[in-house]
Formats: sequence, structure tokens, C-alpha cells
Amino acid sequence: MANADCIIIQGSNMAECHPVGFQWVAEAKARGAKVIHIDPRFTRTSAVADKHLPIRAGSDVVLLGALINYVIANDLWFKEYVTAYTNAATLVHEDYRDAEDLGGLFSGFDPEKGAYDNSSWAYDEADEGAIGEPAGPEHGAEAGARASGDTFGSGGPPLEHAEVLRDDTLQDPRTVFQIVKRHYARYTPEMVRDMCGISEADFAYLAKTITENSGRDRTTCFAYAVGWTQHSLGAQFIRAAAILQLLLGNVGRPGGGIMALRGHASIQGSTDIPTLFNLLPGYLPMPSAGRHDTLEEYLKANASKNQKGFWADADAYTISLLKAWWGDAATADNDWAYDYLPRLTGAHGTYETVMSMLRDEVEGYFLLGQNPAVGSAHGRMQRLGMSHLKWLVVRDLNMIESATWWKDGPEIESGELRSEDIETEVFFLPAATHVEKAGSFTQTQRLLQWRHQAVAPPGECQSELQFFYELGHLIREKLAGSQDERDRPLLDLTWDYPTDDHGDPDPESVLAEINGRHLTGPDAGKPLSAYTELRADGSTTAGCWIYTGVYAEGINHAANRKPGQEQGPAATEWGWAWPANRRILYNRASADPAGKPWSERKKYIWWDEDQGKWVGEDVPDFPPTLAPGSKPDPSVGGPAALSGDDPFIMQSDGKGWLFAPKGLVDGPLPTHYEAQESPVANRLYPQQQSPARLKYPRKDNLSAPSAGSPGTDVYPYVFTTYRLTEHHTAGGMSRWLPYLSELQPEMFCEVSPELAAERGLEPYGWATIISARSAIEAKVLVTERMTPLTVGDHTVHQIGLPYHWGVGNSAVVSGDAANDLLGVTLDPNVQIQESKVASCDIRPGRRPRGPELLALVAEYQERAGLTVETGNRTVTDPAEGEHPGGPTP
Amino acid sequence: MGQLTGPTDPTADAHWEHNHPRKGFFTDTSICIGCKACEVACKEWNHNPQDGNLELLGSSYDNTGSLGASTWRHVAFIEQGQERIAEARESGRALVSLGMPRIGPPAPPSVADLADADTTPPDTADFRWLMSSDVCKHCTHAGCLDVCPTGALFRTEFGTVVVQDDVCNGCGTCVAGCPFGVIERRSNGTVKVAASREEQHAKHADVPNAGVAQKCTLCYDRLVADETPACAKACPTTSIKFGDHDDMVETAKERVATLHGQGMTEARLYGANENDGVGGTGSVFLLLDEPEVYGLPPDPRVPTADLPKMYRRAGMAVAGMAVAAAVAFLGGRE
Repeated sequence: MANADCIIIQGSNMAECHPVGFQWVAEAKARGAKVIHIDPRFTRTSAVADKHLPIRAGSDVVLLGALINYVIANDLWFKEYVTAYTNAATLVHEDYRDAEDLGGLFSGFDPEKGAYDNSSWAYDEADEGAIGEPAGPEHGAEAGARASGDTFGSGGPPLEHAEVLRDDTLQDPRTVFQIVKRHYARYTPEMVRDMCGISEADFAYLAKTITENSGRDRTTCFAYAVGWTQHSLGAQFIRAAAILQLLLGNVGRPGGGIMALRGHASIQGSTDIPTLFNLLPGYLPMPSAGRHDTLEEYLKANASKNQKGFWADADAYTISLLKAWWGDAATADNDWAYDYLPRLTGAHGTYETVMSMLRDEVEGYFLLGQNPAVGSAHGRMQRLGMSHLKWLVVRDLNMIESATWWKDGPEIESGELRSEDIETEVFFLPAATHVEKAGSFTQTQRLLQWRHQAVAPPGECQSELQFFYELGHLIREKLAGSQDERDRPLLDLTWDYPTDDHGDPDPESVLAEINGRHLTGPDAGKPLSAYTELRADGSTTAGCWIYTGVYAEGINHAANRKPGQEQGPAATEWGWAWPANRRILYNRASADPAGKPWSERKKYIWWDEDQGKWVGEDVPDFPPTLAPGSKPDPSVGGPAALSGDDPFIMQSDGKGWLFAPKGLVDGPLPTHYEAQESPVANRLYPQQQSPARLKYPRKDNLSAPSAGSPGTDVYPYVFTTYRLTEHHTAGGMSRWLPYLSELQPEMFCEVSPELAAERGLEPYGWATIISARSAIEAKVLVTERMTPLTVGDHTVHQIGLPYHWGVGNSAVVSGDAANDLLGVTLDPNVQIQESKVASCDIRPGRRPRGPELLALVAEYQERAGLTVETGNRTVTDPAEGEHPGGPTP
Repeated sequence: MGQLTGPTDPTADAHWEHNHPRKGFFTDTSICIGCKACEVACKEWNHNPQDGNLELLGSSYDNTGSLGASTWRHVAFIEQGQERIAEARESGRALVSLGMPRIGPPAPPSVADLADADTTPPDTADFRWLMSSDVCKHCTHAGCLDVCPTGALFRTEFGTVVVQDDVCNGCGTCVAGCPFGVIERRSNGTVKVAASREEQHAKHADVPNAGVAQKCTLCYDRLVADETPACAKACPTTSIKFGDHDDMVETAKERVATLHGQGMTEARLYGANENDGVGGTGSVFLLLDEPEVYGLPPDPRVPTADLPKMYRRAGMAVAGMAVAAAVAFLGGRE
């Protein structure tokens, strides 16, 4: 980021939520970069930006689409880059129909299942065929159930093969370029004004600044966080930015890219080596019953040997993982113990699990570093779900609300729960903090940084590593001697790490296992140096293929700490970045198709003719000796099929995808839909909300009506939730600390002076905020940092709500939880909740106590005429708005 | 005691027999992100108690209020509309064109070229949110030190001013002596914070150093170990810089010139003028508005600065009295 000439921060409050990473924005600014912050609120990020543009929450695709349109219409796209490195020239199958032609739906929508059959979005194939997926089509409903989008964390979706058809003139109407151009033609500055609340002058400023700072000599970078992801079409927000950045040639180059700012210390690490229901390490999918029954089916579905690039070798990554987990018990004869892996039988994400609890289908629950009673959407559903458990284990630093809801939670106060009736047995286990244990953090830049233990944990506090190691031993002791087949995966697991005097396993031995080693040959037992050494014949192990190399030569490279001033600009000797210690992904794109730097100013990786290899500041992200002009036969498949101008080596065709023929379940191109709850009608399409969003029509999960429907004025305002610098997420690491608590002691809401006047809210007095699910109280901060937006013909007021506080008696500071207001509606690609935009009302005064609180919420629901169908129509009937009844178009 | 006003080297004045350079901060508020890491790092390192009543203060994101006995770094948050921004820009421009900022240093050389510079104001002009981390000024002529009757306050070898907790008798003279309102006596109403997790569940122990004068030590205990003060170390954007005082002043002058060159005429220095009422401060600041806006006195003056004049007047009074007495006696004899 320090190398950027322009930084657009959108969907992120970077200075407040990532203050340490923000040093690079500060550095870029000191070097002369422009910084623009686009956010519903004027925050501490806006305060140090060159310009702040207030935007209506949830309208980002309109703005990004308009930028795409501006770049194409004004011929400002980077022609050489786009033609050579993206799929702009690739032809799409003739069956494809765009959302522009079908009132906001793409071809293949299945209204019964509320999901797409995406076969018509495929690339064209010779002889009128279409390039499908290697294991045949998967319906969007099934792909959505396993949140298949999560599997693209290290590479793109698989294709049968990469023998695509191209028109390098980009004139064929079926080229990706022409499709993108048509799709965004109606995303205009006027549409931005009427949907985002951003004036035409401000749009012109933004568009001009970005395009003037993109090209051969200059680069623009985007930074986003959960302000983009936590929407019912969050994945598409990021896709829209990706299209724009590819068109401007801002990917794979210094100062370019799209920075996904991860929420806390090792959240990147917890998706690389996942704590998610649907992933195995290194973004290999968790097998699904029916689709991945055998190893052969699984490997075939993950990647084709005929596609381009390194994902074609996913079989080697998979089998090396199985060897790491089951050692000698994983043999060629038993398909490397593939059947030891569980199979997904449906959606088991966190919200589905809570609904299963309410159906008494879940007996026990482990909470580790998570406080869902405060931090997850729909807090009431979370807490009531936990009250159905037989047992609950909370491992945390402090007695968080998720461990105390049974005695002093909001439902005890409202009378919905009585402590004596709750049968859940709650175990609280004290946890070691990050300074009391060693290990690695993987941060936002994919950088693994080692952390040494500073002090021993006090009392009975333990590291997670020790807890799970001992739990594994206890379970295996209980199962010892079992002849039951289902116990084999546990009994055969490699579960043997050296421990210290306190029984804490040596985390470096775990890192070594993750890195992997040779099992046979002259190097048997030695650590692997690179993932390219992995084999599918059982001769190598690796606990997470993308991390292979972090322990090369038996050295913990995550602990590398050579100061920046003592090394080159990429600082490759500080920590270790996956994969292969590359600091900028796809950096082959920093040179032109002939292998020369695009400009002296943005020089990074280039082809050295004399040495016959790629050289530069960083580890080249390309086969090291593959010459720029190489044109191998694409049918050979794998890395060998990559051309000299295929920088996107983890994509199945080697190109950056403007149009996604596979992989997304809610459309191949980002398309604007309104949020689940919105007072504004979608001006672009008759379709109001994303038709493929995951809806949960339940009595305990009602939605406010959207524009044009009766009752919308009962919840007339938009609210958005966020974090403050002073606190950490649901407060588990901050509200128990006096030094942090005193800096932000009370729950508050931020409103504009105009809204305060409209509703009679007193500065620093109390207000009650009511949604279709709940009502909370907060102190009122009246501030000009909140701007009422003129959107079309009416004014949209937005209310800001930090979500750090929760109800309980254990913390230094407590208060009502903003997340109690939210409902559960999810993005179908990754099953993330829509928590950055929803509807509410606000009024002065504290909320009622006890059963009267429930009565207040019910009175609002009744006045708005809410039913489980409200807001939950899949396809909008233009004649009726989103209310049910009548035929669908 | 050395010189009472004007430019001087306070370390030499205090008769330290060495040539340690004077240390200080340069707090550049134009890049402060208001994260308050300085406040927390300061309290952590110095084991200062929690203070305040855990309620919103009613002052934007500032819930600390001011510097005090337990708060040695304080971040102010000021929300301003277009009118105030225009005034700040105008008052800054007046300082620039005078060639001599009222509190800041003489005009930096580059300001002369300002006529040719691009003075288009930055892009967001209709609203701004100022953030500024305040701290003890470690004055060249320190009021607190000069009035301390017990010798509890002393000038360190780094030119900073530090309280010796075990010498201070809590008389409070220094509180009135500080022109910035920085030093205070620690009250019993604060809450001790556990220094380790084992202590966390213990009963609240007595607040350390209750009743005695407390303020920033510029992390004296870290300086003697050649470490950066906790606040500067924690600052993620280098808004708080630490180093030799002369370098800090130089850096500050360069920065203000850069900002002026970018059209930010509202930028000005505070405490960098050695001819001001405290002989310049050890902690210098770059502000984006009048000092009063940040709660800083516009023209701070150490009380002892007037001592010679007061002595002269007192001397004249004594002489006058003596003459009057003599006249009275002489008259009486008649």
C-alpha cells in the first residue's frame, strides 16, 4: 500500500479498525498519494483522508459499476494489460442471458430452489459446446449449502479444460469484454446520485482521481473489510472491485490490488487452516455426501488435469494432507484414508447450527475466542439456541456474556428464560493470552509472523494447542481398543508432539507438520522447501500446502525478523508470506507481455533474457524459467500448459476473470440489488433483492418491509454496525480491561443533527432503537459526521451503532448489544450475514424493561403488518413490490 | 537556579556535568488517527490507575477530558464545520504572512515561496475532525519545578522534568505553577489496575502515589535504558515522534513548511518558539487551528518568568518602605 498513488478505502474504517496496518496508508500519503474514504459515516479514517464521500449503506455495486462503465465508456482501460492478462477476449456460450435482459435475473434461475443453474454462463467451446466443470454441473442450491465460494481462497474455480475461444479484437458481442460493457451501461453518474446519494461532481472527482492514478506509471489500490463482505451480496461487492482493478491494470503490481483487511490477529490464518465447516486446510473443500463420495470423485471435482495452472495439482495437495493427518494408516489401498474424512450433508454454518440447536439437534457447543451472545447477528436467537444445549464449553480470557447469558442475559430480564429452567451445563475454561503462548499469526497480507511466549499462563489457563492436544489424548484413551470402524479416524490420527514442562506442545513441531516433509527417497524425513515438491503418490506430507516452505531447511521462517531498512522494498526477510514467500500475488503482471516492466517507476518482476529467468524484488509468482513468449499447447494441462502471458497461475485458464463463468452462485457479474431490508427501491431492475440470497423465513427472524410495501415507514431509518479502535469485536478482550473500557465506556448511537431534530433526540441523552427483531437503548451522539443523503426523491437517514457492548455483570463496562437488532439473511456464496445494513426506528428515552420490551417489539411488528413472508420473496413482482401474492415474472 | 526566561539549555542550567542532548516529542496532529494507543501504552507502562466514572463525557470520542494525575497522554477530538475551518485557515495565513507565528518559530525559509505554491485547500473542506495527543510540555522554564519547595521535581539529564514520588509531600504548589494545567495531585477516587492477570481477581489494592503530584516523566525509566517512551513507541502513524529536541524542532519546521506548500495554511507550530513565555517547550506540536481549540493556552507564561521584575518591584517597595520608615524615624525625632 505504501507504493500506491491513490488509495480507495471503501467498506472499511481502516484507521480505526486496522490502526497498525494504516501506517502504510500514512506512508503512501506522505509520499504524495491521494486517499479517498467512501463510507456511510465520517470516521477517524475520513479525518485523515483527502476526501470523504458519504454513501448509502449497501449501494456499493452501483458506485463500482458506474466506475467500470466510466472506464470503459471513456476508453480509459489498460488495453495491453486487459487483452493479454484477463479473460476479456474469451467467448461466452450463446445460451448466456444477462441480468440486463431478464429484469435483474441471469439465465438459469430456478425460482423453486431460489438458486441458479449456472451452466449457461460457461465459456464457449469449439463445436458449439460449453466448457463445464470437471465433475459436471453443481446446482447453485447445493453449492450454496456448502458455501462453495470459500474454496476460492487460494485459486479459482476448476474448468474441464482451458481450450477457450478468443477474439483478441474484443469486438465479438459474446466476448467477456462486450458482455461487461453492456452489463454496466446503465450504471451512470445519475444512477449513483439517485442510489448512493453521491453527487455527480463527487463521482467525477472519484473517477478522475482513480483513473489518473492508474496505468503504466501509476497504481491505485483498494482496501475493504467487513463493510463489503457482510451483505447478502457481499462477495459481489469485492468482485466488482476486482473487475475495476483488472480493467485499470492494478492487479499484481506494486501499489495495486484489493486489500482484504482481516478483522483480527490471525483471521487470515483461521481460513488458511480453517475453523470453517466447509473447508480443509489450503482451501481444499470439505467432501460433500453425494458429490464427493470417493477420493476419485473428490479429486476430479476439485480440479481437472486438463486445466491450466497449479490448482491442477490439487491431488498432490490433498493426498499430502491425508498423509500428514493419518501417517502410515493412509495407504494407496485405502485411498489414503479418504473415508476417514467426514462428509457434509447440507448447510452447517454457524447460523444453521444455531437454528439446529433451537430444534434440539445439537447437544454440545465449544466456543473458543468467540462471543456469539454479543458478536453474532441476532443475539437473541444465539442465546436461545444455547439454552437448548446439553453442554456448553466456553474457553476465553474472561467470563464473557456467552458464558453468563443463563444468569444475567437479556432474556432473563425480559422473562423469556428463567435460570432454574435452563438445563444447559456451562463449563468455563480459562485460556492463555497471545503473550502467554508461542505460535504464529497469519495477517492480512498472508504473512506468517512468529510470536514467542513472554510469560507463562497463570493458574489453570492453557493454550488452545495444549487444550486440544490433551482433549485428543483423553478421547483416544476412552476409545482405546475399540473395534468400531467409526473410531478409526481418531485412533489412527498422528497425535504426537513434544511438550514442555507444563505439557504445552511445542508449536514449532506443529509448524513443521504443516510445512510437510519428504517420506521416501534420499531426502526422507527432511522438510519440504516448496509446494511444487508435493506428490500425489504418498511420498510427501503437508498439513497445509500453501504454507509449505515456511519451515524449509528446518528453519522457522515465520520468525525471520530482519528490519525493513536493512533489506529491499519487498522486505522478504521479515516473516514468511504464503505461498512461497511471495509478497505480491500474480506479480508476473507487473511486467508487460514481453516481460519488461510496465514502467521504471512501477518496476517489480521482469524477464532477464541473459539468465533466462524471471527476476526482481520479490519471489516471482510464475514458473521461474517460463519465457514471456511461450505458447505451449493448452491441452497438456497443469503448470506446463501456462503461456508466457498467463500471470494468474491459480486460475484454471491463467487469466484474471472479469466475468466468472463458474464459482459464484448468485451471478457471473456483480449486479446491484438492495439489501434484505431497504427503504429504497431498486432503480436498476424490477428485482429488489438478490434473488439467490439465503433467506430464513421464521417467526423469530422477521424482516422489515422494503420500499413500496406497506409498513416500510414503521422502520424508516437505515442502521449500520461497526467497531471502534478502543474495543475488540464483542468486547471479550477489551471490556474487561479498565484502560480500554474508560476510553469508550458506554454504548452509543451516531445520528445526524437533522435526524436528532426530526425525532427529538437529545445530545448524550438516551435513545431506543427498534428493529423487526428487537429493541435496544444507547446514548446519543449527535454529530455532523453523519450526513442525511438525498436518494432519489427522499432523504435517507443512517444511524451508526458500534457493536462492542453486551448485557451482563462481569465486564468493567456493559450495555445493549447492537447485533440483537439484526436478522439472519446470508450471502449464498460464503454464508456471511447481512449485518452492515438494516432498517429500524429510533425514539428518545430508554427502552422498556422486562416483558414490556417484548411488547414494544411486537407492537412495531403488528403496526408494520409483518409476517414470515415479509421481505422474503425470491423474485420480486414488479406490480406488487416485494410483498407476496400474484404470479412471478 | 539558572536563567529564568528566554532561550537556554535547561540541562546545563541544572548543572548536569555532561552533554546529553535534550530529549523531547514532536506531536504532528495532522497525521493523528485518534487511536489512543498513546494513552493506553502510557498507562500500561506507568501503571497509572483508571480514572473517570465510566460514562460518556459528552465530547465526541474523547472520554478522558484532560491531562491529569493519572492521564499523562490525552487525545482531544474536535469536530468542525466549514466556517471554523475557514477561520483556522485565515488565522494560519495571517501567521504565515507575518513571517512569525505567535507561538511557533520564525517563518521557515520555504514560506517565502508560498506565493508560487499550490494553495488550493485540501479536497474535504466542509467538515473536519481534529485529533491531537497532548502531553506534559517539559518546559525550558518549568513552572512546576521552579516553585516546588521540596525538591521533589527535578530536571533530568535529558532536560525533562520529573517528580520524585517519594520526596513529594503533596503540597500542590506545582499545580498552580504549571501554565498548562498538566500536573495534578492524584486523588484516592481512582482505581488501581492489576499489573498482571494473577492480580486481576485480587481485591483492589491502594492506588499508588495517592495524594502526591503526578505527571508525564517522558518515560524517564525508559530513557535511562535507551528506550523510546511508551507513547511514541506505540503510535502507529508516527504522529508522536521522539528524539533530540533540536531535531524535533527542525522536523516540525520542515513539516509545517510542507503543509503550507500544500495549501494547508492552517498548520502552525506550538511550543517551538524559544522566545515564548516558557522559553519553548520540550514537547512541540503541529496544530491545525488556534491552540485554544485544542484546550491549550495561547500564550503560556511560566510564573517565575516575572520573578526578576517582581524582585525589582519588591526591592523598590522595600527600598521605598525603608525610605518611608527612615523618614518616619527622622520625622519622629523632630
